[in-house]
Amino acid sequence: MKRCLAAVAAVTLLTLAGCATDTPVATPSSTESAPAGAGTGEQSKFFDQTDYDNELALLDATATGPADKPWEQALNPTLVDTTKFKKAGPYKICFSNAALNNPWRQVGYKTMQAEVAAQGDRIKEFVHVEAEGKDQKQIADINDLLGKDCDALIVSPNTTATLTPAVEAACQTGLPVIVFDRGVDTDCPVTFINPIGGYGFGHVGAEFVSQRMKPGGKLLALRILPGVDVLETRWSAAKVAFDKAGVDVVGVEFTDGDPAKTKKIVDDYLQRYGTIDGVWMDAGAVAVAAVEAFQDAGKPVPPINGEDQLDFLKVWKEAGLTAIAPTYPTYQWRTPIIAALRILDGQQVSSPWKLPQPTITQENLDSYLDADMPPLHYAMCGCTDLPGYPQRWK
Amino acid sequence: MTTQTVSRRLAPLRRWNSGGILPILAVLVVLLVLVAARQPDFLSPPSLMSFLGRSAPIILLAAGQYFVIVSGEFDLSVGSLVTAQVVVAARLIDSDPSRTWPVVLVLLAGGALVGLVNGLITTRLRVPSFVTTLGMFLILVGAVYLWSDGAPKGGLTDQFRQLGRRAVEDVPVFGRLPYALLVLLVLAVAAVLLMRSDFGRTLVAVGDNPRTAQLSGVRVWRTRTIAFVLSGLAAAVAAILIGGYGGVSFQAGAGLEFGAITAVVLGGVALGGGRGSVVGAMLGALTLELLFALMNFYGVSGALRPSVQGAIILLAVAVSARRFSSR
Repeated sequence: MKRCLAAVAAVTLLTLAGCATDTPVATPSSTESAPAGAGTGEQSKFFDQTDYDNELALLDATATGPADKPWEQALNPTLVDTTKFKKAGPYKICFSNAALNNPWRQVGYKTMQAEVAAQGDRIKEFVHVEAEGKDQKQIADINDLLGKDCDALIVSPNTTATLTPAVEAACQTGLPVIVFDRGVDTDCPVTFINPIGGYGFGHVGAEFVSQRMKPGGKLLALRILPGVDVLETRWSAAKVAFDKAGVDVVGVEFTDGDPAKTKKIVDDYLQRYGTIDGVWMDAGAVAVAAVEAFQDAGKPVPPINGEDQLDFLKVWKEAGLTAIAPTYPTYQWRTPIIAALRILDGQQVSSPWKLPQPTITQENLDSYLDADMPPLHYAMCGCTDLPGYPQRWK
Repeated sequence: MTTQTVSRRLAPLRRWNSGGILPILAVLVVLLVLVAARQPDFLSPPSLMSFLGRSAPIILLAAGQYFVIVSGEFDLSVGSLVTAQVVVAARLIDSDPSRTWPVVLVLLAGGALVGLVNGLITTRLRVPSFVTTLGMFLILVGAVYLWSDGAPKGGLTDQFRQLGRRAVEDVPVFGRLPYALLVLLVLAVAAVLLMRSDFGRTLVAVGDNPRTAQLSGVRVWRTRTIAFVLSGLAAAVAAILIGGYGGVSFQAGAGLEFGAITAVVLGGVALGGGRGSVVGAMLGALTLELLFALMNFYGVSGALRPSVQGAIILLAVAVSARRFSSR
């Protein structure tokens, strides 16, 4: 009897083991990672040479638009006519949001709400529907919004391919559609707004770390998850930079965005190799954990990149790190509202609308530090002039 | 019944055969030798202390899980309980140092409360513990998401984090003693003393044969409920250490329940209850962590860990089933 019970228990445990390792983003949490010391491995299947070249060129492009408002600037703008959408206000603007499931999207959405508040007299109603990271829900959301007399529809798609038909259907109703953050496979939206992108992000960090670390040193690359396009582009650009610089990449590991796991991984590599001379990360979420792993082990923190989250900027300043923070700016959440109002005014807008993607360096670090804001706040929110700052973001 | 003759003949092997700690000690020694051969530096005091410090949470969880398993039940909720506690701690403390210790008490009370609910639902409402604690797992995951809007808020203070992160520095011989290790040692001694007390014997008796235990005057439901409360408390302490070590994260406790159950099984404790020691369970956790460290030194991908855990559960249960059937 007991033997039988134990067997049943074991089988059930094994079945459950699958669900316990799931991450909230519902992406495979543990797939193959490159074996240690095996260099950078194969290039990602998401890599696209043309896109890569374009993004790297944009890093050096001069933006047009007001210099103190990067969210209104555009890189290499191509203006399109919008007179057919012109109508009298105030407007009802609708927004189908992929998710609010991480601090980046939280900060971004608050920034968008504040922009709506700032445009108060011109927007009579702002409708927000969140798809909780589910494609099917977002398809249904967009469909619902089409019946709600919106004057403009903003979409931040959950995934590119699956949401394309829903966005096309929205375009066909004659509604001005604005897509931002992740894209869709169609030209029907009036404009697509996003910053330079993942190749630019990955390249900036990788170039900095490989130039600052000691020649022939060992580099550890920490990635959140495999198979997510926005993260794959970051890694593939970094891989190109590391291969070109001849950096000894001793490991490419996935952290699942878990700080404790990140610390253990870095600790493991310190045990195995004695020293690590550079750390590259595809996102800043666990950068502080990586820094702590060196500090707790009593080792100097090597050149490292993070992102514009305040916890990292604070550690950078306090510990005097050799660091850089490429950004995927949250101020891009302001732009769709501005674009929607311009389109409804019949003004020309750029399509695509490429926003500048600033980098935080040692020189401008101080201007982004803000001790009063929460640790997971993103410094590049462009939100300090908006109504409700800073309380709204706390 | 030939049980008596067989067990008399196998008397010298008895510790080996009935959930004693000799097998797990043997495995541990083999792994230590392998580690020493591959990475002698690992056994130097500072590096060994840091390894023990970061293994403390899973060892505590294994002890907590042991109480529940030896009494004949399971607790699948501990991983999500750890996550919930870390996220709740960050939001309640909200980077205000004066709230550190009150929040620690809230966490301990919360852990005990979750254990109490698990225990009462299992014993009084007669819901199998697999289902009870799986339900609790899902409830906690959902509640944390709802409460935090899908992203952790607030922050942990340095005071809160020092237990999991800092150490007593400049100790002779050891170099530095992580606070986590000291917490572990104190609680491990307490666990051993508890298992030697009347309560400990009752707990094992309940797992071995609840009917007999009941007939001899034991209140089975109360004993098992206390086991769940102990597991909840262990999860609370683990959460304090893990939150201290890594900081706020939605991933803090992911998969820990399986780590703990694997460790307990590896330590020679019978699923279904009544057999095995708490020391075995804790050594099982240590062995599991050492195995992962060894895999790291040999360059085996960390992604293989869940598979290794699964294989251990199957193997250990199969072996123990054979052992017990030969009684």
